[in-house]
Amino acid sequence: MAEEVTGTTWTVYDANSMTQAEIYGHVLCELGEENPDIVGLSADLAKSTKIGLFGDRFPGRFFNVGIAEQNMFGVAAGLAKAGFLPFVSTMAAFTSMRACEQVRTDICYQNLDCKIIATHGGISFGTAGSTHNATEDLAIMRAMPNMTVIVPADGIETANAVRACVNHPGPVYIRVGRGFEPTYYETEDYGFEIGKAVELTPGTDITIIACGVTVLQAAEAARVLKEEDGLSVRVINLHTIKPLDEAAILRAVTETRRIITFEDHSVIGGLGTAVADVIAASGKGCAFEKVGIPDEFSLVGYPEDLYAHYKLDTNGIIDRVRAVMGKDFEEDENWDDEV
Amino acid sequence: MALTQTELRKLEELAWQVRRDIIDVTVWAGGAHIGGGLSMVDILVSLYFHLLKVDPANPEKPDRDRVVVSKGHGGVGYAPVLARKGYFDFETLKTFNQFNSPFGMHLDARKVRGVDVSTGSLGHGLPMALGLALGARLRNESWYTYCLLGDGECNEGTVWEAAMAAAHFKVTNLVTIVDRNRLMIDGNTEEVMGVEPFADKWKAFGFIVKEIDGHDFNQICQAVTEAHAEERAPVLIIANTKKGSGVDYMEDNVKWHYGSMDSTLADQARASVDKRFNRAN
Repeated sequence: MAEEVTGTTWTVYDANSMTQAEIYGHVLCELGEENPDIVGLSADLAKSTKIGLFGDRFPGRFFNVGIAEQNMFGVAAGLAKAGFLPFVSTMAAFTSMRACEQVRTDICYQNLDCKIIATHGGISFGTAGSTHNATEDLAIMRAMPNMTVIVPADGIETANAVRACVNHPGPVYIRVGRGFEPTYYETEDYGFEIGKAVELTPGTDITIIACGVTVLQAAEAARVLKEEDGLSVRVINLHTIKPLDEAAILRAVTETRRIITFEDHSVIGGLGTAVADVIAASGKGCAFEKVGIPDEFSLVGYPEDLYAHYKLDTNGIIDRVRAVMGKDFEEDENWDDEV
Repeated sequence: MALTQTELRKLEELAWQVRRDIIDVTVWAGGAHIGGGLSMVDILVSLYFHLLKVDPANPEKPDRDRVVVSKGHGGVGYAPVLARKGYFDFETLKTFNQFNSPFGMHLDARKVRGVDVSTGSLGHGLPMALGLALGARLRNESWYTYCLLGDGECNEGTVWEAAMAAAHFKVTNLVTIVDRNRLMIDGNTEEVMGVEPFADKWKAFGFIVKEIDGHDFNQICQAVTEAHAEERAPVLIIANTKKGSGVDYMEDNVKWHYGSMDSTLADQARASVDKRFNRAN
């Protein structure tokens, strides 16, 4: 079981029995053994965010500042200035909004080596309602200079991202979910690299670009669409929203000419917007749709019901892909052009 | 221990010089937060020229004392102190506020030699200073962190979040000083948003509070030295100051939170500072 899991490679069974946050907690403990400069901070969410696992292992290097997120990010900036490598964890809503200015001014402006692992991203804590949801965090974090923004697909990718961020200079924002989201990956060995998109399935008719919890759903939808519609669907896991793998998006533009994005985030400012910017700048015709939480505060509910409602589950993705396949767009003269 | 006459004369000389510098920089910059820059001069001069263990030739020295000027708009008062200490040439301050200058109103630690932490947005300094102090303690290092707060700044909730945490973590290698000049942009602190009973608030948060005249070098140095020796709890020094200190027409005058001077006003300001420090022109 989770407590017995050690080592750097997580099996499907392990990942299915542990949340992304739990895996993060265990990985951080391993990193803490290797690197004495790592310190941990939380704001009365040591248990929920699982950074408490690090705190239990290294009590002298862990600071629970109480329910004071702004102070926490300021203290983390000070610790980074003193030569430590802070890992900071609270919910995504409080990271990106309550402590937004500390993250931006104390950490990003000073370009500090500070790693933020924000849990309960998107509507993964759907029953808590909009006070605890974060459907704006990617837009906010993406706009901050120096910030790297990563949305791991599952627990296994979370382990990869947390390991990789240690040697990635500057501030990093890693956004994970809350619950026992099933995993896409079976092992850690698929070539995870910050800033590099992963093509999960090849395809020529349409490209689905997904991040976080929608990756598994997109892969499943692509399988169904192949079987039922005979569609060749390319699926890209765009785990790093910033810096963006523009080359992968441009290849999708020229090679599939239809792109659809799925994210557990507002349709304003997140993955879809980042992809749209690249498509628009390419000057090429491309049918496009971004699917996420519309410009509204989410309904209350269990995540699986909410994902179904917002077309972010397998059925929803199939539905939206079929719609985009029927979309007309103006073809340019260089239909067969290459990147 | 009281300052020797030589030490006192040195600090007074610098206090006069830096006030003259602030007037120059305000003119060069086309305007500055001169009132609050002048109120904190004697605190910064005491720190940089008597109390701090820093080496301008080696500004990143790991065991140096750290300074967080949390009232970041005091940049016009801070930059001349750093220049006089030898971090950079005073003449470079002629670029203050100009296109692509390293010097803007709020000093950027990545651009200005000697600045440990970038500040400007109020309420951010004490949390960062607390992080530095915790870091020094974690490494068993003996350097101190100094944090200079504005009194109006203490309206910000994060000041009190950090105060609560500093006391909770029993941080005693942090010296926090409030420049209590009693004025903020919109008026008197007690009229805009009262901070009194100020000392009692800090005491209730777990601090040991010392109240001094923030323009008296002996009192400043003694309070800081006592703070170093304190092992029970963090220390807060309320330094009572005059906004615009040294320039008669700016003193305690809310209009001079931020201002610019023509050559007549600048000359008047210089004459006032010279008179205050008995410098014949």
